[in-house]
Amino acid sequence: MKNIFLFIRQYFVFLSFLLLEAVSIVMLTQTSKTHETYFFSAANQVTGVVNDRYSQFRSYFTLQATNKELAAENSRLRNALGMNFQTPDSTVKQKIDSSFRDSLGQTRKFTYLPARVVGNSYTLPNNYLTIERGSAQGISKGMAVMGPSGIVGVVVETSPDYSKVMSLLHRNSKVSAMLKKNNQTGSIEWDGSDAHFLVLRNVSKSAKVAKGDTVLTSTYSANFPSHLMVGTVAAIQADPSSNFYTLKIKTATNFFTVQWVDVIANKNYGAQTELENSSKNQ
Amino acid sequence: MSTLVKNIFRFVLFLALQIYVLNQVPPLHRFVVPYLYFLFILWLPFNLPRFPLLLIAFLYGLCLDEFTGTLGLHAAPCVLLAYLRPFLLSLLIPQESTEQSYAEPSITSMGWAPYALYVGLLTFCHHFLLVFLEWLQFGDFLYFLGKVAASTGISLLLVFLTEMLFNRKAKYRTNQ
Repeated sequence: MKNIFLFIRQYFVFLSFLLLEAVSIVMLTQTSKTHETYFFSAANQVTGVVNDRYSQFRSYFTLQATNKELAAENSRLRNALGMNFQTPDSTVKQKIDSSFRDSLGQTRKFTYLPARVVGNSYTLPNNYLTIERGSAQGISKGMAVMGPSGIVGVVVETSPDYSKVMSLLHRNSKVSAMLKKNNQTGSIEWDGSDAHFLVLRNVSKSAKVAKGDTVLTSTYSANFPSHLMVGTVAAIQADPSSNFYTLKIKTATNFFTVQWVDVIANKNYGAQTELENSSKNQ
Repeated sequence: MSTLVKNIFRFVLFLALQIYVLNQVPPLHRFVVPYLYFLFILWLPFNLPRFPLLLIAFLYGLCLDEFTGTLGLHAAPCVLLAYLRPFLLSLLIPQESTEQSYAEPSITSMGWAPYALYVGLLTFCHHFLLVFLEWLQFGDFLYFLGKVAASTGISLLLVFLTEMLFNRKAKYRTNQ
């Protein structure tokens, strides 16, 4: 017993070195899988405030570019408004009762919640954004995030006032996407090398692909609405050993300057994922 | 200014510089990431015992990790730096004369060549472990080698610039 104490005393610094290294590596492996530790959430609230201050200061320098982006988005949305299109009026209006229920049974599926980006990384192999809107303002895990020009990522962690978004520039990020012209689906990933380019895998070789083709989110995604802009095809690689193309995609979102995003809440997200997961277990 | 206050200032300033300036630099190339924050650990005083040194380095790395969202990724190389530092210092400087008279490692306290070796070796060790931990998640050997070499080069350049810009007065240690 005495020898053990002597040993510990003699190698105290070395042992504590090993301990601290082990702690940090365990932390690293834990956090890259889950982001649910209480400690992390609590600290997120603190670092969020600091990031918020800095972002407020920095946003002055990009006001012009941000305005331009928002104006472009506004005009695009205005063009998509129903009142710009006219249809010959052949309907017969029947007033049965005074309730305001939509007789077609339409209900709202997606809600867009605007949020300001207060923290953003793009130089690391796994990148995250911090947004100033949290669980108290209706954000929950798994919600999709899009910017003015294209999709940005998925919410992975929330605190009361801030949320953490796993950017598309993350090695675990996977989004179902399709080519606009022929609806061939594949999955969007990132190879960790260049923040301007994503990789679209598993596109069948029977699809006719050309450089410059538009890539949109597919209809298979539970959190992303379909037909949101992802990017354009920049390079085409045919994998000789398989039946699939690997496409290099130029991102529509400029991850270096993203300032405002919309978080997309899907009312049926829980129902859909629950069903998908329950059938997986059988 | 007392050593404690000075080091608290450095702690905050180096972190802010790394998070809000160097991490925001648009990457020139996928291999090149500018790191300077670890200089804080290299500049800690000579007379700090080894165990507190390890703890300070661990906390420092963890603070940076809180901001980058990679808990433990920077803490591990920081602890390694703090562990290797005393060995390297005892090899590089004549024990009796310097440690007694100067407060912390610098060009004037150690001499130009030993200080360059000290910074160069520890920078390399730091980047080696940091990129190694990233590499385990990714797995591209050329990426690993290239990134260690390029990051070490750019960090040494930054350290050199910092030393030129901030001419730290090498204070003699007194009994006050």
